[in-house]
Amino acid sequence: MKREDNISGSLDWPTIGLYMALVLLGWINIYAVVYDEGVHQPIFSLSINSGRQLLFIIASLVIIMGIVILDMRFYETFAYVLYGVIVVLLIMVPLIGKEVGGNKAWLGIGSFGVQPSEFAKFVVALAVAKYAGSVGFKIDNLRSQAVLFGIIGLPMLLILAQKDTGTALVFTAFVLVFFREGMSPFLMVVGICAAAVFILTLLVPKIYLHVTIIVSLALLIGFGKKKIRRFLVLGIGAMVIMGMVESVDYVITDVLKPHQQNRVKALINPDADPLGYGWNVTQSKIAIGSGGFAGKGFLKGTQTKFDFVPEQSTDFIFCTIGEEHGWLGSLIVVALFVTLLLRIIFLAERQKNRFTRVYAYSVASIFFFHFAVNIGMTIGLFPVIGIPLPFFSYGGSSLWGFTVLLFILLKLDAHRGQMLQRS
Amino acid sequence: MNEGRKEIFQIAIVLVSIVFLVKLFFIQVLDSRYAELADSNAILPQVEYPFRGLISDRNGKLIVYNTPEFKLEVLLKDVKKFDSAKFCRIFNISQQELKKKFVEMKLRKEYSYYKPTLFMNQLSITDFAKIQDFLDEFPGFYVQARTTRAYSTKALANALGYVSEISKTRLDNDETKIYRQGDYIGQSGIESFYEEQLRGKRGVRFKLRNVKGIIKGSFKDGDYDTLSVPGQNLVTGIDLDLQQYGEFLMNGLAGSIAAIEPSSGEILALVSGPSYDPALLSGREYSSNFRLISSDTNKPLFNRPLMAQYRPGSIFKIAQAMTALQEGVIIPETRIRCDRSIIDCHGAHSNEDLRGAITNSCNPYFRDVLRRMLNKGVINDPYKDTRIGLAEWDKHIMSFGFGKPLGIDLPNEKNGNIPTPEYYDRAYNNRPWKFSNIYSIAIGEGENLVVPLQMANFAATVANRGFYYTPHIVKTIGKEGKPLPKYSERHYTTIDSANFLIAIDAMQNVVESGTGLRAKLKNIIVCGKTGTVQNDPLPSHGVFIAFAPRDNPKIAISVYVEDNGQGGRAAASIASLMIEKYLLGHTERPNIESYVLAGKFLDAVKH
Repeated sequence: MKREDNISGSLDWPTIGLYMALVLLGWINIYAVVYDEGVHQPIFSLSINSGRQLLFIIASLVIIMGIVILDMRFYETFAYVLYGVIVVLLIMVPLIGKEVGGNKAWLGIGSFGVQPSEFAKFVVALAVAKYAGSVGFKIDNLRSQAVLFGIIGLPMLLILAQKDTGTALVFTAFVLVFFREGMSPFLMVVGICAAAVFILTLLVPKIYLHVTIIVSLALLIGFGKKKIRRFLVLGIGAMVIMGMVESVDYVITDVLKPHQQNRVKALINPDADPLGYGWNVTQSKIAIGSGGFAGKGFLKGTQTKFDFVPEQSTDFIFCTIGEEHGWLGSLIVVALFVTLLLRIIFLAERQKNRFTRVYAYSVASIFFFHFAVNIGMTIGLFPVIGIPLPFFSYGGSSLWGFTVLLFILLKLDAHRGQMLQRS
Repeated sequence: MNEGRKEIFQIAIVLVSIVFLVKLFFIQVLDSRYAELADSNAILPQVEYPFRGLISDRNGKLIVYNTPEFKLEVLLKDVKKFDSAKFCRIFNISQQELKKKFVEMKLRKEYSYYKPTLFMNQLSITDFAKIQDFLDEFPGFYVQARTTRAYSTKALANALGYVSEISKTRLDNDETKIYRQGDYIGQSGIESFYEEQLRGKRGVRFKLRNVKGIIKGSFKDGDYDTLSVPGQNLVTGIDLDLQQYGEFLMNGLAGSIAAIEPSSGEILALVSGPSYDPALLSGREYSSNFRLISSDTNKPLFNRPLMAQYRPGSIFKIAQAMTALQEGVIIPETRIRCDRSIIDCHGAHSNEDLRGAITNSCNPYFRDVLRRMLNKGVINDPYKDTRIGLAEWDKHIMSFGFGKPLGIDLPNEKNGNIPTPEYYDRAYNNRPWKFSNIYSIAIGEGENLVVPLQMANFAATVANRGFYYTPHIVKTIGKEGKPLPKYSERHYTTIDSANFLIAIDAMQNVVESGTGLRAKLKNIIVCGKTGTVQNDPLPSHGVFIAFAPRDNPKIAISVYVEDNGQGGRAAASIASLMIEKYLLGHTERPNIESYVLAGKFLDAVKH
């Protein structure tokens, strides 16, 4: 018990400060969304989202205290158990879950519902960290890699089965962790190239891409070392890319679901159908773009308040910031996130223990993914993928998920001196 | 191990943030398009129609006022798919009409996908109540409130005119760009003449609305709103009681009454018979009612006091007499034998002086008076001599306001006709003409044409002993309380005031002992003159002009009754009843009133 007496002293207070700032700003923004000049409900009113979000915030404080009080060894020791529990829950969701907004991702207990997928993030992060920190783990070992992808792949598939593509995609963020831990960047490069080709195919007529590929191939063969094996690799590579180009139509029309197709199309040309599939992106950009340099002022936004932007409390909460607080407000929010992310990396790098460091990078990767994809989609840089902006988006599950994710890291960090060095 | 990968991670984070901030800077600060789009999303400009000016009578009684009316506008960019069957049921139109309306709308010049366009017009307050609850089922359709005209009386229709939607040709030729499709514009009468004063100015209110089009408040607390400016109110010189009494008396008769206050030129009553109820040409039934009224063979839209050009008959002898006195060809004592061989006469008289000739309306007397004027013997050639004389005669006659529009503040006023030498040149195809060809103008027949307003103005001129103010219907415009400036200008005749006194004496005699006995009142000296205008084969038109009292006259009047015989009967009776009504407020001669209302003015045997 003596150790816990000064636990508050060893917690990383700059991170806690950033957390508080983001949660508070998020709460105020949720009020701005639901604020109705005619009704004048106070921010605390439980009949509006901001009042309920306050309850979620208070609950988060309780959760934080629980995390801090719990023995730090719990997280590593029970990582796989928790993983097992969450997998079971994820399997149960499609069977007994309730449907909200087209996704069957909620588990209800009475009128109270939680999204297990939000909690899967920290559980998977713990499991990945535990496995990466275990004796005999070698990042270059094919078997170790297979296990790692298995750990993130299983919940990902289960969440995909709930049709919650956005949350499932979050798990690809772990690739960043693997990269940091020494996995060959080949996989990432291939992935990024594939995405680039995919996007280019939608933007540019296919024939240009084919010509470019053949010309590059010819140049590479002409100017490089003349070796049969190299020619073979290049040739096959070129064939694969050309095949991808040709298969984009198939992927778009047959693999992606209609609403996902539309989101990709909207990204390419939102003006093609501003009232149809481009509606979300168009309205979101209008709301943010109309904010100007300094914004329209707190509670003065018209676009978000009058429901022009869909899902404005949750996935499109950034519109309210852009509209009411302009470029300056956006700058502050982006800066807060960047500071938080860099701080987490700083915390990660000061760990002597591999489990904690891998966990810390997982936290950074997940936050980064949410930050990049969420804001990216609201300003039209990314297809619309329904994932929340951490601490800003309305909702208990998401707030608690992110809180747990962050505070387990702070708890582990506070005890970094006691952790065994294993790396 | 893995050196530099931490930095790659950090750089990636910073890079993504920079990309975001640059993109945000582009759409928020550099590109104003989004702000405009946000405005068009959330700001709905609502036109506020001005109140059209009110019209009241000289005693402040309201004649024309406004009543609420609603129109349906559609903003195509907001229209979503809707239940057209329900729409048609609620708005009481067929599916085809609905389709046609959408097609028509797109053909209009000012049509825009982003601006509200007129869809349906002239919904009454009951129609509105019916559709109000269903409106939110049809996004993109908005109800606009405005007002249309309502009337406190069935009288004065032709002078008031009416308002209706601006026509397409009028709209296309509108240089001022004030009007829009569906706007009301004054179409005749006061409504048309004073359109500019009455119409007021449209206002715009900017409202905030949500994605469903529901109004959530005003934009920037209304700082950008412009208020509508109501039109100016008009006070007419009309005495509504007198006007209604006049229409009551003229019921069933064709003709006109024009009454003027001589000291100001203000019109006290302007009756055109037959007339129509002005309320028929207001509101949604306008089109069908207009078709009915305009195709009526009795021509209720024909504003007789201004537009009917009649031969004046014997009332013209007053003008003749004064012109002759002015020219010095006779003196009041000049006696001329009633020689009925050339021109017929009536009554028992043989050798009257001027007063007697007027009192008895002696035709040969005035034929000879005209001869003396036209053939003064300035030149031996009788043709050229007549020509010179006629030009002089024209100058005097026209100075009474005959032969050209007086300039009343109502549209479509006719000239009448006072024949000039040039006129006869044309009429005779440049063949020669002399006095013997044209003498019937001496007694107000022949080529003379006068509109009833000119007759009343003539009576007012005599009452004023030599001048008139242009008759006008509106006595004050707006708050300044002045008529148009031209109506405070005196117009003098070429006749000396002394000569008027002789005419006035004679007119008093006409009423007291001559052809106008039915116009005699107990305590008021009425000066008048009858006229009976040939109208073969139908019964003659009867005409009577008068003013009263003789000193300090308050009312000058002309009454013209078509097809009902001598002016001393219907016309003189109606004129005197009007004078009584105006000066006393009631008639003291119920027998004359019943005589008029009975409407039997013709002799059973012979007209």
